[in-house]
Amino acid sequence: MEQYINLFIRAVFIENLALSFFLGMCTFLAVSKKVKTAFGLGVAVIVVLGISVPANNLIYHNILAPGALDWAGFPDADLSFLRFLTFIGVIAALVQILEMTLDKFVPALYNALGIFLPLITVNCAIFGGVSFMVERDYNFGESVVYGIGSGAGWALAIVALAAVREKLKYADVPDGLRGLGATFMSVGLIGLGFMSFSGVSL
Amino acid sequence: MANAKEMKSVLFGPIFANNPIALQILGVCSALAVTSKMSNTLVMCIALTAVVAFSNLFISIIRNHIPSSVRIIVQMTIIASLVIVVDQVLRAYAYEISRELSVFVGLIITNCIVMGRAEAYAMKSSPGMSFLDGLGNGLGYSVVLLVVGFVRELFGSGSLFDVQILPLVSEGGWYEPVGLLLMPPSAFFIIGGFIWVLRTFRTEQVEPKE
Repeated sequence: MEQYINLFIRAVFIENLALSFFLGMCTFLAVSKKVKTAFGLGVAVIVVLGISVPANNLIYHNILAPGALDWAGFPDADLSFLRFLTFIGVIAALVQILEMTLDKFVPALYNALGIFLPLITVNCAIFGGVSFMVERDYNFGESVVYGIGSGAGWALAIVALAAVREKLKYADVPDGLRGLGATFMSVGLIGLGFMSFSGVSL
Repeated sequence: MANAKEMKSVLFGPIFANNPIALQILGVCSALAVTSKMSNTLVMCIALTAVVAFSNLFISIIRNHIPSSVRIIVQMTIIASLVIVVDQVLRAYAYEISRELSVFVGLIITNCIVMGRAEAYAMKSSPGMSFLDGLGNGLGYSVVLLVVGFVRELFGSGSLFDVQILPLVSEGGWYEPVGLLLMPPSAFFIIGGFIWVLRTFRTEQVEPKE
């Protein structure tokens, strides 16, 4: 149990996908003008990461990993070179299914998340989370925790940035820095703040 | 066929006038994390430029045969296959660097520049021009990344391409390295500064007041 909590805290604060690995930056910068929309996107990322990391974990360990096809009678098969193609396909399919399911059964949530879901397919944070899961060789339980934790970390970062940007509107920044430049600087400062968490472990 | 002038603007336009990172905020995603060393940065730039250029070329060749309802999937498949090729080549010939780049080579797939150019340019232009457009955007991306990498490695560890330029205090020299530059947040400050400089000289890119 303790290792799961530890992993969760690491995924949220120390190895924050947005602030220390720069993942999902395009959407991170583009959709962080208002706290409300940022929050919606954050929740969508948590959901998609929470589903796609464990799903890809199962696929990788049962089909793609070297020797994983033993159960089908191919003990020497090594399909791991196909993983990029598989992961991106699985993520795209999952997002599509999620979109249709929400539309059918939870229309309220669909209306809130709807516009963000297609954006998420090409969000580097999802693909990055899945790649880290493979590279660090998480088992199924860890991958569930890691998926939700890293999603929560990303959501926290985008909401924090949106809050800063809402206030920054009233600031008098130099012309060349207005907008994008100032946003980059704020992200850097938030990143510095998050660095103070490094070293936290249970 | 396009004339020389148009070809020149397609190739060089994205480097300063229409830089994909500084202006369109595309593709900063995966790449900044590898800019703490020049050698890694350079490999990443070459990999990305190759992928954008060739994905633009291939997508443009078959653009008239792709049904528009499944075009995203077709583009993704082409891009992902190219990235797999790049990844395997790196593993075979530059294993150390490929280990340091870790997941970031794979992340080229979701790099917005690649998808963005495929969708915005290659789907409606001839193969030759698309290839040049991909090359130009890859180079525009490389310029920003190399500048960031240069600053981070030179002032963060006093070296360039692992060759010691500024002798460090710890090794008997005079230069005290700025440790902050090796940390992730510094990349944001440098990019912010880069945009500031770029927009001071090209004032038409300044964003309007809200």
